[in-house]
Amino acid sequence: MNLTIIGITVRALLGRRRVLMLLPMPLVLVGLTLIGVSSPVDDADWGPTVFGNLGLSVILPLTALIVGSSVLGLEIDDGTITHLLTKPLPRSEIVLSKLAVAWVVTTVAAGVPLAVAALIAGSGSLAVGLVLAAALGALAYCALFLALSVLTKRPVAVGLVYIMLWENVLVSFVDGARVFSVREHATTLADKIGNTPLLDSNVSLTTSLVMSAVFIVVGTVGATQRLRSFALTGEAN
Amino acid sequence: MTAVELSAVSRWYGNVVAVNDVTLTIGPGLTGLLGPNGAGKTTVLHLMAGLLSPSQGSVLVGGDPAWRNPAMYKTLGLVTERESVPGFLTAWEFVLASAKLHKLASPAEAARRALAIVEMEDAQDRRISTYSKGMRQRTRVAAALVHDPRVLLLDEPFNGMDPRQRLHMMTLLHRMAEEEGRTILFSSHILEEVEQLSGTVQVIVSGRLAASGDYRHIRRLMTTRPHEFTISSSDDRLLATVLMGQESVTGVRVEAGALQVHANDYGTFTRALAKQAKASGVRLTSVLPADESLEKVFSYLVAT
Repeated sequence: MNLTIIGITVRALLGRRRVLMLLPMPLVLVGLTLIGVSSPVDDADWGPTVFGNLGLSVILPLTALIVGSSVLGLEIDDGTITHLLTKPLPRSEIVLSKLAVAWVVTTVAAGVPLAVAALIAGSGSLAVGLVLAAALGALAYCALFLALSVLTKRPVAVGLVYIMLWENVLVSFVDGARVFSVREHATTLADKIGNTPLLDSNVSLTTSLVMSAVFIVVGTVGATQRLRSFALTGEAN
Repeated sequence: MTAVELSAVSRWYGNVVAVNDVTLTIGPGLTGLLGPNGAGKTTVLHLMAGLLSPSQGSVLVGGDPAWRNPAMYKTLGLVTERESVPGFLTAWEFVLASAKLHKLASPAEAARRALAIVEMEDAQDRRISTYSKGMRQRTRVAAALVHDPRVLLLDEPFNGMDPRQRLHMMTLLHRMAEEEGRTILFSSHILEEVEQLSGTVQVIVSGRLAASGDYRHIRRLMTTRPHEFTISSSDDRLLATVLMGQESVTGVRVEAGALQVHANDYGTFTRALAKQAKASGVRLTSVLPADESLEKVFSYLVAT
C-alpha cells in the first residue's frame, strides 16, 4: 500500500463528475424499500427483488464497475499513468493501493444504502449481512474490473458484458455459471447472515467464499502482472 | 558515468516497424534526438524509459535493463510529449507526490529544490489546470528531476513554448548537462532547436539511425547536398549564363518567368548569387529555396 497513491486516487475519483453516477441508484433502492414495507405484500415477494435483483445484482456491480474501472483506467486513458510507472515502485504496490481505494469507495457507496434499506425493512441482521456481502462482492468485482482496465482498452464494455450476459442471462439458463458469478457469492453471504425471507440464494457458502477469493487473487495478480509489462502506446501505433 | 545504451534494438507493432536495428550510446552531456514527425523518436525514448519492450536487442540504462525493472527509475527521469498532468493538483502537490513516490528521505526539501530549478516557486500553489503550456512543461520537468536523476529524457520539450519559455528551458538543460554532468537526451523535429542546444545529435529517420555525432558534421552533410532554387530577376537569361559559370551551380533551367537553379553547395552558391547578379547588372526579384523541408533534408541523409 502506498498512501501517496491512495490520496491522489481518492482525489481524482471523487473530484470527477463520473462519481455523481453513483447517487441515483441508492435513492431508487431506498424508495422501493419504502414502497415494499408500506404495501400489504408478503416480504418474500418483494424483498428478493429489491435486495437481490436490484441491490446486489445491479447497484453493487455497477458501482464496482464505475469505480473499479476508473481508479487505474482513467489514468491509463489520459496518460498520467506514466508518472506512476516511472517511479521505482513495485507494481503490486500500485495495484493494491488502487484496489484498496476502489474497494472502500464501492463498499460505502453500495453497502450504506443497502444497510439503510434493510433497516427500513426491519431486519438488523440483514443490514449486517448486506454490508458484509457488499464488502466481499465489492472486493471481488473491483479486482476483476481493475484487472480489465489494464487488460483491455474498453473495461466498461467488457465489464458490462460480464454483468449483463454472464450474471443476468447465462446464470438463469446454465446452473454451473453461478459458481463464477460474484453476485451469487455476495447474495449467499448476505442471505446466510441475514437469514430472512427478504433474500434467497442458490450457491453454498463455502463455494461463495472460495470463489470470491479466487476472483480477488486472480484479478489482483493479473493486474499486477500486466502492469509489470505495461507498454505505453506511442506515436507509432 | 551513467549512459543509455541501445544495442541492435528493433521494435515493431504487428507489421509496422517503428524502430529498426538501432545501436547507439548516449553519454553525459546534452544530446539531441532529431528526426521528422513519425520517425520513431518517441518509440526510442519510451524504449529507453522502460515503457516499451524491445522486440529485439537490448536497452540498458547505467548497465541495467530498462524493461521490467522499476528500480531503474532511481537513476532516470522522463518528461513525456503528451501533456498529461493531473490538473486538480497544484505544482507543489504534484512534485511533492513524485518525491514521495520515489521514497526520498526528505521529500519536501527535494520538491522545493526541483521547483526552484525550474523557477516555479511563485505559482506552485495554484492548480496545474490554470497554468500555461510552458508552466506545465516546467512543472513536469521539476517532477522528473525531483529525485536528482543522472539520466533525463525529454520528448519534444519545446513544443508549444513561446520563445522566452524556450530560451529558459534551453538554459536550464544546458546547465544541467554541462555543470551537473547529467546525461540528457531530448527529441525534436526542428533542426534549429537542436543546433542551439547540443553538440551531439542522433538523427532518426523512418525508425533507423540515419546519422550520429557532432551536429556541425551533420549540418555540413545537410548543407553540401544538392539544393534547388527558384529565382526570378530582371533578366533571367543573362543571369542563367552568369550562373552557369559558377562552380557551385550544376544546372539551370529557364522557365516562363523564373529560373530553376541546381546548386551543390548551399553556402557558396548563396554568397556567389548576389555578387554575380550585382556585377552583371541583374536585379533579383525573388530567390526561393525549393526543397528546404526538413523531411527532404532527412531523406537526403538516409540516402547517403
